[in-house]
Amino acid sequence: MAFNPAPRQLAAIKAIVFTLALLPFARLVWGGFAGQLGANPLEFITWSTGDWTLYFLCITLAITPLRRLSSWNWLVRLRRMLGLFAFFYASLHFTAFFWFDHFFDVPEMLKDVAKRPFILVGFTAFVLLIPLAVTSTNGMVKWIGAKRWQWLHRLIYVIAPLGILHFWWMRAGKHNFEQPLIFGSIVAVLLLLRVMWALKKRRKERGLLHAA
Amino acid sequence: MLIKRPPNGIDIPFPSEITPRAIFESRRDFIRKLAVGSIAGGSLLEMATRNAFAESGSGLQKLGGKPNPNYVVPDKPTSYSDATTYNNYYEFGTDKSMPARYAPAMKTRPWTVAIEGEVKKPMTLDIDMLTKLAPVEERIYRLRCVEGWSMVIPWEGYSFSELMKKVEPTSNAKFVEFVTVEDKDAMIGLRRPVLDWPYVEGLRIDEAAHPLTLLTLGMYGQVLPNQNGAPVRIVVPWKYGFKSAKSIVKIRFVREQPRTAWNVAAPNEYGFYSNVNPQVDHPRWSQASERRIGEDGFFSKKRPTLMFNGYSQVASLYSGMDLKKHY
Repeated sequence: MAFNPAPRQLAAIKAIVFTLALLPFARLVWGGFAGQLGANPLEFITWSTGDWTLYFLCITLAITPLRRLSSWNWLVRLRRMLGLFAFFYASLHFTAFFWFDHFFDVPEMLKDVAKRPFILVGFTAFVLLIPLAVTSTNGMVKWIGAKRWQWLHRLIYVIAPLGILHFWWMRAGKHNFEQPLIFGSIVAVLLLLRVMWALKKRRKERGLLHAA
Repeated sequence: MLIKRPPNGIDIPFPSEITPRAIFESRRDFIRKLAVGSIAGGSLLEMATRNAFAESGSGLQKLGGKPNPNYVVPDKPTSYSDATTYNNYYEFGTDKSMPARYAPAMKTRPWTVAIEGEVKKPMTLDIDMLTKLAPVEERIYRLRCVEGWSMVIPWEGYSFSELMKKVEPTSNAKFVEFVTVEDKDAMIGLRRPVLDWPYVEGLRIDEAAHPLTLLTLGMYGQVLPNQNGAPVRIVVPWKYGFKSAKSIVKIRFVREQPRTAWNVAAPNEYGFYSNVNPQVDHPRWSQASERRIGEDGFFSKKRPTLMFNGYSQVASLYSGMDLKKHY
């Protein structure tokens, strides 16, 4: 089923995805003003933005496997936007932590980061996302060079597992592993597919080498 | 004489002829309610309406304890709706909104509490006897959760020491163990091995005997809503909230320190004592400050947590103890 959207169709798809991706944020803003985020709205915001960061990391990582399996190559045109949404929700998540938990006190925040492995891991994942977001423009890709850009953006293979570990540790004290396990399995499958494909490719190349 | 045997050759009915457990239990329950109804008059109606009230979160039976001026705090009480919709009660699910949704299905009557172990007078009390055992009073306590949030709750009950006087612990009784009900039908959280069920909490005997330790039957002037531990719980205001066991069915006076649920699950995170202590952090977060539910919002810092949650009168219970070690 080869579906290849025309440029106008692709623009429409992008607009729809963009709007959908903003809905969780809109819900938080709306619920915050309407007082509908429960008894502890700050915790709700912190957790919800963390959840959505993980969702978008998974969705972004799913693009390449989906593209390969479906041969819908145009999917890659959505990847930058989805990755940036992962960064958007990660920034909100970090801001919530910095604001609600530490009330913008930088030394206090850093002390907390250094002292607690689960926060350190989450913080590291967030910091690693920053260069990816900064180098996401076409100009940047050209300036760095496509090959090096690709290497840099493979950081996502480290960032996603760090995010899962952060979530895992957060839930560990309460023996509540259901959700971290689901996220972890999804990311594991998405990364293993890549490893599998890379090995296959290498074997093929080696085969060609022998043939020659 | 010809005895007709079923083709399976044995006198066991076919599975299709057996009334499913859920159905025969509900029939028995219905008959029981009818019987009680004919004696007590209208109690069927009462039972039916109580569940509806529990769901709406108001209109529970009044308890009317007199406010005790010795146990008040200057803090503003938390709203009833926050206190009854944001609960940690893992038997009804790990999400804090789940107890309010699922707990109303639990039956809290009839209810008995067995008091056993190292006591001269072991006894089993039903909830009405327990309610009449001593005058119920209202006390406004701070409640500090180990997760870093807090509330202020007007509880109704009496000092646990009143009950101790009745059962007369022997000199062997060094600790008290509280066991929460394990209601497999209503408590959907029991299906997952989050904790080693049933939930067990415990206190040292002198902690249990401290007048602050409240055998609690109600809050906000009414009997406890199910999600807050109906029909009877313990409230120990100078300790993190999880020490205050809910929906108690057994109270055991014992020689050895009880194996308490959270301490067994994660001993490095939750100690037996678990006194509120801003100087001893949880491994994954600071305990130096707390967020008061309904008050500390977007524009205010978290408030500092007080030693023993502000109940400094209990300090003497721990004199000479290293509270960093006995967290």
